[in-house]
Amino acid sequence: MNETTWHSILFWIMALIACGSAVLVVLTSNIVRMAAWLLVSLSAVAGLFFLIGADFVGAAQLLIYVGGTLVLLIFGVMLTASGPLANLSTPSRDWLIAAIVGSALMILLIFTLINPGIDWSTDSLSENLEAPSGKTTMSIGLALLGIRENPNASSYLLPFEIASVHLLVVLIGAAYLARAKRRSDPPTPT
Amino acid sequence: MTPIGLSPYLTVGAVLFVAGVVCMATKRNAVGILMGVELVLNAANLNFVAFNRFGKLGLDGQMFALFVIVLAAAEAAVALAIVLNFYNNHYTIDVDHGEQLHG
Repeated sequence: MNETTWHSILFWIMALIACGSAVLVVLTSNIVRMAAWLLVSLSAVAGLFFLIGADFVGAAQLLIYVGGTLVLLIFGVMLTASGPLANLSTPSRDWLIAAIVGSALMILLIFTLINPGIDWSTDSLSENLEAPSGKTTMSIGLALLGIRENPNASSYLLPFEIASVHLLVVLIGAAYLARAKRRSDPPTPT
Repeated sequence: MTPIGLSPYLTVGAVLFVAGVVCMATKRNAVGILMGVELVLNAANLNFVAFNRFGKLGLDGQMFALFVIVLAAAEAAVALAIVLNFYNNHYTIDVDHGEQLHG
């Protein structure tokens, strides 16, 4: 089997795992199982990033999203979902409305994708000089400092600095918001 | 076998996006709503990187995806702090009980 066949097989495996886990996140009512399926879905999306050739973004997804944000969500789940709060089911009327809205949105997106009047892609690699090829770390690092190959392309130095300040602000804010306080008295059972 | 083009990646992104929107709309658990937000942001990231590879987006697609990952982590931290405060004050995480600002 040549490389294209392996690429296609791996794409279909990762795509089915990602989509299936996302649908299971919606359908499960146990919050801990939702977190587990979300972990599987995000890891499959990281696999899709690696298949496209964006290795740095895939590694960042695994490190930051799966290893940071999702662990934070699991902390939140473990701190708050105890006993009867672990399984909160939605009334079926809300499921019906959400299914209608979700199907309408899905039909709209699929119609946009298969519309033959829109030409999305360029396959000639001579136009796409910055195609991800598996060695993107140096280009991303240089772009974050403001150095691009194409002199007309935008620099990312200012968003880099703003993101750093943003992370500092969020660190201080979240630590202050979630500080230990004297707990209010539990409500009397009605 | 023909190589995978742009449309399959966009379809996976669309499915993830709709799953995230339905998750945000139906879950009663506040952390479940946050998980829907994560799904939506991942769908957008997949679209960005797919257009980098197959479209005319250049390296900007991957840069946007990196910044989306950073900002999503920051937003999850603050949202979880708010959810913890809600839990400490109301002793429940059910968003149906958050109706004190109800008109």
